[in-house]
Amino acid sequence: MTSTSSSGGTHVAPQADHGDPARTWIARIADGRAWLFLAGLIICFEVWSRLAFGATFVLNPFNVQSIAIFAVAPLLLATGQTFVIISGGIDLSLGFIMGLAAVVAAHATNMAGAAIPLPLAMLAGILAAVIVAGVPGVINGLLISRLRIPPFIGTLGMFGVARGAAYLLAGGTTVPVQNSWFALLGNGKFHGVPYLVMITAVFVVVMHYILSQTRFGQHNYAIGANVQAASRAGIDIKGHILRLYVLSAMCAGLGGALYAARFTAGAAQAGEPLLLDSVAAVVIGGASLFGGSGTIFGTVAGALVIAVIQYGLVFVNVEPFWQFIAVGLVIIISVLIDQAQRRFSGARQDE
Amino acid sequence: MNSQEQTAPLLEVRNLSKHFGAVRALNDFSMVVRPGEVVALAGDNGAGKTTLIKAISGVFQPTGGEILLRGQPVSFSTPQEAREKGIETIYQDLALADNLSIGANIFLGREPMRKAFGFLPVLDRKAMAVAAKQTMGRLDFHVSRLDAPVSNFSGGQRQAVAIGRAVYWDAQILIMDEPTAALGVPEQRKVISLIHQLKAQGRGVIFISHNLQDIFAVSDRIVVLRRGVQAGERKISETNHDEVVKLMVGG
Repeated sequence: MTSTSSSGGTHVAPQADHGDPARTWIARIADGRAWLFLAGLIICFEVWSRLAFGATFVLNPFNVQSIAIFAVAPLLLATGQTFVIISGGIDLSLGFIMGLAAVVAAHATNMAGAAIPLPLAMLAGILAAVIVAGVPGVINGLLISRLRIPPFIGTLGMFGVARGAAYLLAGGTTVPVQNSWFALLGNGKFHGVPYLVMITAVFVVVMHYILSQTRFGQHNYAIGANVQAASRAGIDIKGHILRLYVLSAMCAGLGGALYAARFTAGAAQAGEPLLLDSVAAVVIGGASLFGGSGTIFGTVAGALVIAVIQYGLVFVNVEPFWQFIAVGLVIIISVLIDQAQRRFSGARQDE
Repeated sequence: MNSQEQTAPLLEVRNLSKHFGAVRALNDFSMVVRPGEVVALAGDNGAGKTTLIKAISGVFQPTGGEILLRGQPVSFSTPQEAREKGIETIYQDLALADNLSIGANIFLGREPMRKAFGFLPVLDRKAMAVAAKQTMGRLDFHVSRLDAPVSNFSGGQRQAVAIGRAVYWDAQILIMDEPTAALGVPEQRKVISLIHQLKAQGRGVIFISHNLQDIFAVSDRIVVLRRGVQAGERKISETNHDEVVKLMVGG
């Protein structure tokens, strides 16, 4: 305020930006915190396992495979959830959309299998699951974008609708799949890498591309940060929100189809415990629930953190209920780091 | 009005009216903006300043009257149409996405794409950064970290980004709604000098402010609104604070 060296008319040479190295360092640590968590956890379990049983944890390929398989379904939900959370929304219906999709995949594969060759029937089943999953996504999107229902409420309603529809379609039980190709897809491996993990890896890379390299992804970040700015910039907010919820529902659809493949059965409750895991993975991965930040690879790390905690605690023979406590603590610590980083950068916004 | 400025008006508003039911928010209002001219709009709250700029920028359809851009009558049904014709509004609350870089904000909604590996369309961040650097350079703001989100920058710099976006898309008329209101004194001065640069580039600026000091520092003319009608128009060189205040309050 005291710099009066220049008077009204002349231009005050502006300072450059505030990008001092210390801040970027902290920001980097905060951005990569999910991977740090993951590394820390793996080291903990490795030490624990060696001390307790004299066996390796992470160098055992069976463990790595199991963790990867474990992470597949929550990760598929979480990739869709990442997009939604970055936009400033939340999708609570994903868990039962996944269940609905699993049941549809099972039924469709069986029905198609009676008429066409099994590999094609498998593809038809997966396609049907993803398309049917899109229907609640369309409804979510319309409710939120046209009727201005808050995402939390709109998708909570769809949570109930999808749940009921899934149980009705399944007749209240699980639907077994009679298709050897489908079972192979869910349980087969190629050079030790399960097909499920390969499909998920490709899918995740595609989703990363959409989020980080396309206009859709860019607009998603802008909408999460400042809807008004995005709308004034000419972005079609309603259309975007609609496509966004369809995308997240279809991620859950793929998750349901792969669930049906893995267990060779469709069950309405397939995704029930995974919904909160998906939100947790996104938050641990560095996204803010207020919208505007987050990455797909962060979410991958978040999903792996949860999978490692769950599998690792079983591996070292701890009572399974500790899993909930551990995941809960990781979520809280993760949000604390995020807030600390925000406070630090917030203090530097003014000259 | 006299015709001592030879240049044709960039923007002309003729007998513009906007009624909301029985409320005459704007009534039979006329003004012109010439290239390289800064016209200040002053008036008390509810005088019709906001209605006027919303009618010019395509947010409202006027009830009566016409808007001429370089002598051609125009009508906008959306703000996007106004923007395509070169009328850009810079809002008080900035309308930036804080989590995106300067380049991404300049190109928000119109992002350039390139083909990676010859086939995969991806955002052309390099082109955005280059354009951001050039545009900010034209406004004499030299930023080194073009990948930093705009939340890292100060209020005046962010205002410069908003203005830079308008400049990049070659806006000929910039409507600035209280551009200095939320800023500290040094930052206000930067924004005032930015407006001087826009003027030097031959653009027309409509400058809305409550701050008479800013108005006198930067404007060529001042148009005072009172209860939806024009209460007076003065050249800045031929008036003073007292007279403007009298016009505003109707003394």
